[in-house]
Amino acid sequence: MKLEGRTIFPGQAQGFALVSKMGISFYGGVDPQTGVITEAGHDLEGQTIAGKVLVYPRGKGSTVGSYVLYRLKKNNCAPLAIVNAETETITAVGCIIAEIPCIDRVDLSQLHTGDRVSVDADQGILMG
Amino acid sequence: MHLTPEENAILAGSSGPAAQKAMRILETLGRIYGAKHMLPITSVQISGVSYANLGEAGLEWLADMAEGGGKAQVLTTLNPAGMDVENYRALGIDEAFAENQRRVLSAFEKMGVITTCSCTPYLFGNLPRFGEHIAWAESSAVCFANSVLGARTNREGGPSALAAALTGRTPAYNYHLDQNRQPTVHVRVDASLSGTHDFGALGKAIGDRLQSLKLAQLVPLITGITEASLETLKSFCASIATYGGVALFHIPGLTPEANAFEIPPADLVIHQRELDQARADLLQTTAEEVDFVSLGCPHLSLKEIQRIAQLIEGKRVTKEFWITTSRPVKGMADRMGYTQIIEAAGAKFATDTCCVVAPIEGRFIAMATDSAKACYYAYAKNHFKTRLLSFDQVIREATQ
Repeated sequence: MKLEGRTIFPGQAQGFALVSKMGISFYGGVDPQTGVITEAGHDLEGQTIAGKVLVYPRGKGSTVGSYVLYRLKKNNCAPLAIVNAETETITAVGCIIAEIPCIDRVDLSQLHTGDRVSVDADQGILMG
Repeated sequence: MHLTPEENAILAGSSGPAAQKAMRILETLGRIYGAKHMLPITSVQISGVSYANLGEAGLEWLADMAEGGGKAQVLTTLNPAGMDVENYRALGIDEAFAENQRRVLSAFEKMGVITTCSCTPYLFGNLPRFGEHIAWAESSAVCFANSVLGARTNREGGPSALAAALTGRTPAYNYHLDQNRQPTVHVRVDASLSGTHDFGALGKAIGDRLQSLKLAQLVPLITGITEASLETLKSFCASIATYGGVALFHIPGLTPEANAFEIPPADLVIHQRELDQARADLLQTTAEEVDFVSLGCPHLSLKEIQRIAQLIEGKRVTKEFWITTSRPVKGMADRMGYTQIIEAAGAKFATDTCCVVAPIEGRFIAMATDSAKACYYAYAKNHFKTRLLSFDQVIREATQ
């Protein structure tokens, strides 16, 4: 499988995909100390995004969320890479300041939690 | 996206690592949102100041940007901090938090950011004129700048606002462009409005309805409002931004761009009963249960502080009562003796901060205020019940 998208922040990563069908609010919705999703009723509630290729349609919530991505990185709990349908400001800025590879405009319906994938964000490509 | 030779040089590191990182943020946002070029800006307002929100990592990032030679290129002011910088002890803020908050402010200061710590920069010198391109964070101030002043800004976050400050630029997209400032929905208001609490409730009533329409671009043209003051518009902007995510609205006869547009038939009408419902939604408890009273969301104007002094003189407050405002406005209140009158009654000034960003989660049971925005955060973030009252009624109940 080869999916093509757009570079948001460059870099390379290989790992297991963690896929959500919902938006993620990093501020208030993710524990910055552990990377565990804490938002009540979220389809990833209780799961950790640390060390995963995190796949979700788009970010939501407070712009402070960008700093949460940076805090996760400093705490070694950041995702390896982020893959979105449409990256918005909070995720984009978070990936730039935390230096997390990020691509968007990817067909997310092809991806499932547990898939082993490799992200080449320099080229905007995901291989599975 | 076209970058000038100077912008490309900054991106390559010619102005140091902080400016390089800043330009990278702006270039990426420009690319995502289809900007064709950068715009020079004249003013910045930065959010993300409270240590409670930034945490150690956020502080570290700001310190790295300061260390990397970041310097504000235009007038840049700062949102409220997590505490009153001078009077935090009286407000129950501990020393460890205070020390961390001071480290945040000193990183900003090092970058030439004016540490105003207020959500109302337009009340004391950061007042962009009509048509000016700016880069502001703080949703209530963004809405005020776009709608009431007719300046042009997107809804920036903390890092993108800082990036704009350090480069003097922002990518040209969304609210910077004429076509995106056109109204997309006509809201007719058929209700009577008497003060800041009513305008706040109206912001909620409209905001809730707009959210349910799921429009891609939310620029309401609002008719049926014939009178408004600085204070009621300030309250309305805060509320419609909080509940509706609105960054720009137009009101014919009141806001400067409104007359440029045709008025289409109304898409939705806010009747008296909907305004009453919005007020009732925020009136969740009785006067007896209230143990916290807060005025100043957004930060109070001098006129509002003068009014508090008039009503409170010679009385005694019976609950924890915070008055949140900016340091410059507080300075004028000091000079006029209002501060003394208010403090003699037992109310406390919480300058530089506010009840949205101060670390007060769980400290109180129920809050009385005139601000619909403050109600939202009191409930969602701090788990307080809320009691939305008129400005005068808040003071009356606090001194009963």
